[in-house]
Amino acid sequence: MSVTDQAPSGHVGRALRRKEDPPLITGRARYIEDITVPGMLWAAFVRSPEANARIVSIDTSAAAARDGIVAVFTGEDMSDLGGPLPMAWVPPGVEVNNPDHWPLARGAVKHVGDPVAVVIGEDRYAVSDATEDVIVEYESLPVIVDPEAALAGGPYVHEELGTNKVHEWSLAGGDVEAGFAEADVIVERRVINHRIAGAPIECRGVLAEYRAGSLTLWTATQVPHFVRLFMALLLGLGEDRVRVIAPEVGGGFGQKLQVYGEELLACWAARKLDRPVKWIETRSENMSVAHQGRDQISQVRMGAKRDGTLTAFHVKIIADFGAYNMILTPLIPSLGAFVMGGCYKIPNVQTDITGVFTNKCPTDAIRGAGRPEATQMIEVTLDQLAHELGMDPLEIRRKNFIPKEDFPAAVATGVVYDSGDYHKTLDKLLEHVDVAGFRSEQERLRAEGIYRGIGFCTWTEICGLAPSRITGPAGVGVQAGLWESAMIRVHNTGAVTVYTGTSPHGQGLETAMAQIVADKLGVDPAVVEVVHGDTAIGPEGRNTYGSRSLATGGEAVAKATDKIVAKVKAIVAAELEAAPEDIDVIDGQFSVRGSPDKGLGLADVAGIAYIGAVPEGMEPGLEETTFYDPENFVFPFGAHACIVDVDAQTGKVTVERYVAVDDCGRAVNPMLIEGQIHGGVVFGIGQALYERVHYDEEGQLITGTFVDYALPTAAETPSFETDRTETPSPVNSLGAKGVGEAGTIAASAAVTNAVIDALRPLGVDYMNMPLSPMRVWEAISQGQGANPEGGPQS
Amino acid sequence: MSSTVTVRLNVNGVERALDVEPRLLLVHALRDQLGLTGTHVGCDTSNCGACTVHLNGESVKSCTVLAVQADGAEVTTIEGLGTEDNLHPMQEAFWNNHGLQCGFCTPGMIMSAVALLADNPDPTEAEVRQGLEGNLCRCTGYHNIVKSVLDAAGKLGEVAA
Repeated sequence: MSVTDQAPSGHVGRALRRKEDPPLITGRARYIEDITVPGMLWAAFVRSPEANARIVSIDTSAAAARDGIVAVFTGEDMSDLGGPLPMAWVPPGVEVNNPDHWPLARGAVKHVGDPVAVVIGEDRYAVSDATEDVIVEYESLPVIVDPEAALAGGPYVHEELGTNKVHEWSLAGGDVEAGFAEADVIVERRVINHRIAGAPIECRGVLAEYRAGSLTLWTATQVPHFVRLFMALLLGLGEDRVRVIAPEVGGGFGQKLQVYGEELLACWAARKLDRPVKWIETRSENMSVAHQGRDQISQVRMGAKRDGTLTAFHVKIIADFGAYNMILTPLIPSLGAFVMGGCYKIPNVQTDITGVFTNKCPTDAIRGAGRPEATQMIEVTLDQLAHELGMDPLEIRRKNFIPKEDFPAAVATGVVYDSGDYHKTLDKLLEHVDVAGFRSEQERLRAEGIYRGIGFCTWTEICGLAPSRITGPAGVGVQAGLWESAMIRVHNTGAVTVYTGTSPHGQGLETAMAQIVADKLGVDPAVVEVVHGDTAIGPEGRNTYGSRSLATGGEAVAKATDKIVAKVKAIVAAELEAAPEDIDVIDGQFSVRGSPDKGLGLADVAGIAYIGAVPEGMEPGLEETTFYDPENFVFPFGAHACIVDVDAQTGKVTVERYVAVDDCGRAVNPMLIEGQIHGGVVFGIGQALYERVHYDEEGQLITGTFVDYALPTAAETPSFETDRTETPSPVNSLGAKGVGEAGTIAASAAVTNAVIDALRPLGVDYMNMPLSPMRVWEAISQGQGANPEGGPQS
Repeated sequence: MSSTVTVRLNVNGVERALDVEPRLLLVHALRDQLGLTGTHVGCDTSNCGACTVHLNGESVKSCTVLAVQADGAEVTTIEGLGTEDNLHPMQEAFWNNHGLQCGFCTPGMIMSAVALLADNPDPTEAEVRQGLEGNLCRCTGYHNIVKSVLDAAGKLGEVAA
């Protein structure tokens, strides 16, 4: 694929292979499990097999008496903590029930996997054995798993609250009732967005060491700076005494955007025992206790005039948060609310969210975080509406697209979309997909008993989190600024180190940031080292999530580099007796415009800066820091098409073709963008077709391992056709938007629409995910008036 | 579980003798006793394939092999495949084709891919996809992994021709 009209002149815009890769492909990278320190102990947790129970007694004596066991702790031992685990969302004017949540249970467990005790000892196998000897007596309590039943009444997850309701939050623009009054047609659907796991292939892990009054925590996290803040607060240490290091991190997908009890416990125990403490999560633990995502049931109404003009969209979401609030749990559905109008001109849009506790693992941000759910509601319902109106699904989209001349576009939900050209991405998609040809082929195949369908999703989203004035305490209510920092150090020799406050874990930011810096300084990206994930070096940062690391973190890098460039130009101007504004960087040389023969390289300038031979009044050295807080979010968009075949005998869905045209603003590295789209789309296909976290009525986790939780493999997934348009964002100088979540936000709706399209001749007009063979088969059976035999309902 | 047995094996061309508990998994012997931490563990159930190594030339999931079962065997791990200065063509192909993101599944994926091509030097895309279904990746969506393996097959084919 290619989209750029002209070849890029510098490194930005090129598909450079990654700086990150050599250690990763040779087994030399260092992940959390690979790190050891002298005197290190191992920890293993005793976890609840009960979904809701009172702890009657815990007998740790047999475990503690085993060879090599150093300590066994329970919740009562940790009474000296500065407070419970954090929840950092305080929406102005909204009451949020937020019961205490501790690293080890205090008197009660609320979901399967809740930690009850920790065994710490000399050997990994030995501590695992010893957990078997911790005897816990539980008094089982009634369990509530269904979120709608939980809202209607008891039993209560947190008895002291007298309700399972967490909060109610609304965002309304215009007047939806007036909009529905104008509508000729209204469709109403129940949209279920089931619970999924983040499932990075690396589970979580921590190693904590307390030495000479200072704490070092290595942890597989996306957010080392947030973890440092809360470790300091909860352990009563100054932040200067806490260093958090995110080593190589084996995928996050939001699951590692968290401040976890295991992190706090390891730090607490390392201080208490005066020995380093390490814990590596098992996959079974990860599936039961690392936070999960989605799990929303929504009642949606969409209204339109006879000609397809959308008049109103109203969604009422019940969001199942599981047993506790984690760091941002109740905020997540709200992230979708800001883009609930999608890429359409809908004057009246309202989202009403009700959060609810159940006896399940907590939910929080998982790749897309609220926006895949919003897109599913918009795009699937829009297809339903088109069918009701007898309109082509693409025609109704085109009719309602916000036109490009409206940008920046203030939409009903109160945000301002920065830039967009939705017709252009759809036009480009249709260069790849011959819809008319598809329809005649579909017709022909149906005659042969092959049910093929096509589904579209034209999407937008909100990302690049930032800006603090909107996301912060006085705005949305996140109790943190979401700016980003960067520091650039040009060394004596002209080598460059970039310290970014982001904490990438596979996205390729080291390469992308090096490309940005290299162009500005006239050097090769190979000599630009990008350092991240260590709170002891570089400025305070806000880390990696919400597709923010390029649009916000990359722009911070660009701005810090601009400061370096300004200083370099001043030094060069003094050396060449010219004005700084007349200095250009060409082929690695800073020279006077029009006189390229005489110039200084970055190494020459660094030499001058560090020797101190700088112009009078200028500080020596060559190092600059920036804190960048953007004026607005960024709003990537795109048009996806999915073609599926459904086996009507078995209900099995096969993705035959997937075409994605995305626009994430100006491309810094097209190869990285495509990689994010591929992975993001499979994340969405996985949810649509295969993956589901399933609890039974007793709150027992059925999908506790990779045997039962169906991650897509290479054998189920297609190769992709990708293309791009580039509509620069006016928000940052790079013109860049985020892309990490884009594919996931788009894909599940495209797949769902494709399956419904395939099944219409069989009498199936609507389905919810997951579109597993059994559910598709049941839908076909019901669509044809048959009475399917048995099978669990879900 | 304190009794140990001695296991002799050749790892990446070096003869090794290890005292191990009979229940010790090969992956833990490689990682914890030999410091070969390029082989990863991503699940408890032999699904993810992050721990894939070669045992007497065949790819195995080293979390499903006891160290004692490897007695007398030749083991190759990702560290034995190539170095940063002397990459194996499969490693080079993964780098050139952006066949990895976080890198955690990558050593196992590369070891499986090398074994796949040893069995079938000129696979179709479908055969690559079937051949790698025992290795999970959450980042790449497999597209560029498949592309990497096909690229390596082409390059290795040229060398052989």
